[in-house]
Amino acid sequence: MLNISNLHARIEKKSILKGINLEIKPGEVHAIMGPNGSGKSTLASIIAGKEDYEVRQGKIMFDGEDVSELSPDERAHKGIFLSFQYPVEIPGVTVTNFIKTALNETRKAQGLEDMPANKMLKLIREKSEMLDIDRKFLSRSLNEGFSGGEKKRNEIFQMAILEPKLAILDETDSGLDIDALRIVANGVNKLKNNENATLVITHYQRLLDYIVPDFVHVLYDGKIVKSGGKELAFELENKGYDWIKKEASQNV
Amino acid sequence: MFMELQEKLLSSFIAFENQYSTDNSYVNELRNKAIKSFEKNGFPSRKNEDWKYTSLKKVLDHDFSLFPKIEPTIEYCDVQPFFIHDIDSFKIVFIDGKYASHLSQTTHDGIDVCLMSAALSQSKYQPVIENYFNKISSKNGLNALNTAFFTEGAFIHIKKNKVSERPIQIIHLSTGKEPALLLQPRNLIIVDENSHVQIMERHQSLTNNPTLTNSVTEIFAAKRAIIDFYKLQNDKCEASLIDNTFIDQQRDSNVSVHTFSFGGKLTRNNLNFYQNGQYIESTLKGVTIVGQKQHVDHNTLVHHIEPNCESHQDYKGIFGDNSVGVFNGKVIVEKEAQKTNAFQSNNNLLVDDKATINTKPQLEIFADDVKCSHGCTIGQLDENALFYLKTRGIPTKEAKALLMYAFANNVLESVKIPQLKKRINKLIANKLGVNIGFDL
Repeated sequence: MLNISNLHARIEKKSILKGINLEIKPGEVHAIMGPNGSGKSTLASIIAGKEDYEVRQGKIMFDGEDVSELSPDERAHKGIFLSFQYPVEIPGVTVTNFIKTALNETRKAQGLEDMPANKMLKLIREKSEMLDIDRKFLSRSLNEGFSGGEKKRNEIFQMAILEPKLAILDETDSGLDIDALRIVANGVNKLKNNENATLVITHYQRLLDYIVPDFVHVLYDGKIVKSGGKELAFELENKGYDWIKKEASQNV
Repeated sequence: MFMELQEKLLSSFIAFENQYSTDNSYVNELRNKAIKSFEKNGFPSRKNEDWKYTSLKKVLDHDFSLFPKIEPTIEYCDVQPFFIHDIDSFKIVFIDGKYASHLSQTTHDGIDVCLMSAALSQSKYQPVIENYFNKISSKNGLNALNTAFFTEGAFIHIKKNKVSERPIQIIHLSTGKEPALLLQPRNLIIVDENSHVQIMERHQSLTNNPTLTNSVTEIFAAKRAIIDFYKLQNDKCEASLIDNTFIDQQRDSNVSVHTFSFGGKLTRNNLNFYQNGQYIESTLKGVTIVGQKQHVDHNTLVHHIEPNCESHQDYKGIFGDNSVGVFNGKVIVEKEAQKTNAFQSNNNLLVDDKATINTKPQLEIFADDVKCSHGCTIGQLDENALFYLKTRGIPTKEAKALLMYAFANNVLESVKIPQLKKRINKLIANKLGVNIGFDL
């Protein structure tokens, strides 16, 4: 589904990604871990199409198509979704109106008619119940004055409505207490099936207790320096990142 | 051309007087004084501090018909889009400055919603006219010009303890049958004690022939009166409007004016509030969305004369292409006006490099126990917010429109007529070239 090869990217002449290779197949859950500043969030943003970064080399293939030149909305239409580490507050746009616009624009791009209002309301109700979202919350301005937990729940709520093929969860566990974490993780797990894939980006192993990965990759200094199964996450939790840094510098 | 039009107006006054003079000697005397005042003051130029950023030169540069002779014919179906038609309302409609009875719906049942010409020609209205007419409009050139030449307008009198259940629409249509037309409507609105009215006003050209409207509206809000006034300005690219509105408020009254400026060549809104009593609330709000070479100028005055009053000003502007915006907001707090709360904010988005905004708050505060604030901002759309919306599948144009709508939203929220709000939402979507519903 996603196939990244030899991806190099920089921002304002500073190299951030230095040759990333990553393949994700339908039905898989991948986790990318790594110390702060290793390039995790940059990778997530670049897959979603953020234009601030300059892709110097390499390709991002999605469903057999090179998407590196596509705009973020076009990538979204193909089924790429990014759950933000820091969702943006947009006063004046209600959650419902935002969801409705996002879904209908996506449908339009796929050659479908607008979803009828009653169907839309039903869908919104279903998904908000799944994520234990209060009805009142839907008429509030997008992310404005939301707690950390509410913002992250709202991200997963959007994901539930848009049903992407590839969901990238960028530090979804940050700012969550254990109850909120459980709700968010349950939501992600319920949305999982054999056709879609999830890329979890996290600093801590905690989230991976709830969203269990098939593969764990360690990103350090713009490169994936180690890959393994879920046991790699436990190893990192116990030993920290220093041994990774040491290994990486020895390899150089 | 400045002078040419001025000469033309001055020389046609005598003919006008003979043709249009009503039996109202009171008003005729005012007209005579006014034409002298116009002769002395003329049109404002940029040397005048209040007109520093707005030049009338280009809009005056036409050979205007002053008294159109062609009888216009318009059917309701042709102009229905310019009405808020899904609401039960009174309507006062003018075509090329003349009353169009077949499009209007007036009343004298407990409230007077009728014509200025009718009020001037009937003796029963004379005391009201002598009490209110031309009492608060300023005596500068443009207002004097209107006083000298006006022939028609809306006369609205809501008597004591009446709530007008139906809003009133005042609509001025111009047909373009004349190559260039100068219109000077004159409205008088009196709302007595404990009464409440909602009014919507619109000026609309039907062709691209130039129109210049120099409108004067005087509004009187008695004790505890409530008035909600909405001005919808979405005219064609050759239509210009100078709107002069004066509001006198008595104690405990509450008046709000919302101005939505989405079109026209040059739009100048002179909006003046005078607070003549305690515990008064005045609200001035506006949304401006323009592009091309359009020019919108809001010139506001709030005069706090007595203690314990409030004023709230909130103007949002979005300027694209080569458009120009001006905001000049003056607040005067007299020495006696202690415990005044006066707030003013003017926020602007420049969405193109060539768009310009001139914003100038003017606060003159002579009292010492007051809360007054003002703030103006000029900015661009937030790139992070744009990226966020785009990752959800919303294309750039729609994402920008959504952010612009959000920017203007707190002004729209206070529109109290749902059908009007819906219409404005639609106009904004059209203006921004998107087909998304802004409300659900």
